[in-house]
Amino acid sequence: MLMAYASVAAFFLVAIGFILGSLLFGKVIRPNNMYAEKLETYECGEAPVGPAWFNFNPRFYIIALIYIVFDVEIAFVYPVATVFRRWVDAGRGMFALVEIFLFVVILMLGLVYVWVKGDLEWIRSIKGDPRGVQNVSSRTRPEIIKEHDLEEAMPQGAE
Amino acid sequence: MPPLSAVAFLALAALTLGSAGIVAFSKNIIHSTLALLGTFMGIAGLYITLSADFLAATQILVYVGGTLTLILFAVMLTSRIEDMKVSNPQTGIPVAFGLTTVVLLVLGKVATGTAWPSEAKAAVPSTAKLGHAFLGEFLLPFEVGSVVLLAAMIGAVVLARRAVKRTWEKE
Repeated sequence: MLMAYASVAAFFLVAIGFILGSLLFGKVIRPNNMYAEKLETYECGEAPVGPAWFNFNPRFYIIALIYIVFDVEIAFVYPVATVFRRWVDAGRGMFALVEIFLFVVILMLGLVYVWVKGDLEWIRSIKGDPRGVQNVSSRTRPEIIKEHDLEEAMPQGAE
Repeated sequence: MPPLSAVAFLALAALTLGSAGIVAFSKNIIHSTLALLGTFMGIAGLYITLSADFLAATQILVYVGGTLTLILFAVMLTSRIEDMKVSNPQTGIPVAFGLTTVVLLVLGKVATGTAWPSEAKAAVPSTAKLGHAFLGEFLLPFEVGSVVLLAAMIGAVVLARRAVKRTWEKE
């Protein structure tokens, strides 16, 4: 039992060894010539402004919450996947498939719920907020895009 | 050369305790959160040495993949988390040492006093057994579990949605 996981342990050891080895090798062969600009955080050529640690948009959190439920779902489904072939061989594969399908469909209802309620929309309009109305996506409020003169907003020649 | 299982246990215990120490003592809360990864992985490894393979896989799937991400998001979302104001009174190191000693004594008493089975049972992988149980004996609880997850998801989203709306209105 334990020996079956020796490959996992070997994988971890090789992965850690590879990272440490390449970092050490780089440290040995590279010239050590540091000055202030080199030590700055690389930000695509721009001078970095402010700390990298700012408050994330709380909408990320809802996506993570939805993700974790499907994460738990996988933990439930995968033991069945390991024995599915044996159930097929025993002639009861359809039964197992329908059962798993039902399990997934029940959770899909949750996905449909958050989709319909607009929680997956990146920019949501809040009632009474004028900024929200001009920011809503075209899927929820197509007439706003139509009102807008698109050619004026786009630069010449852009399609 | 000590037996391989003992080496594996010691390495995994060192990983778990070492990262747990970083979680507890690091001054940077992001470093604490990232060190939690080592603790979770070490625990998963300990489950494998106990031949609880399903538990180990779930530990990695749910705790490393899900819970850790969520904790990281919660840390990143909290505003002004660096200048925190500790509202609880600090009772001091002597009290902490006293309490830890009592806990260690109780744990040691239990560990030495329990009549552990001297013969190790043959390790049997648990995942396949669980798969058969889900499809056969525990079919209904399995499907009800899906409904419970659905309820948890909708409830969590409803609560989080309110918080998102509040921060939006505050801006």
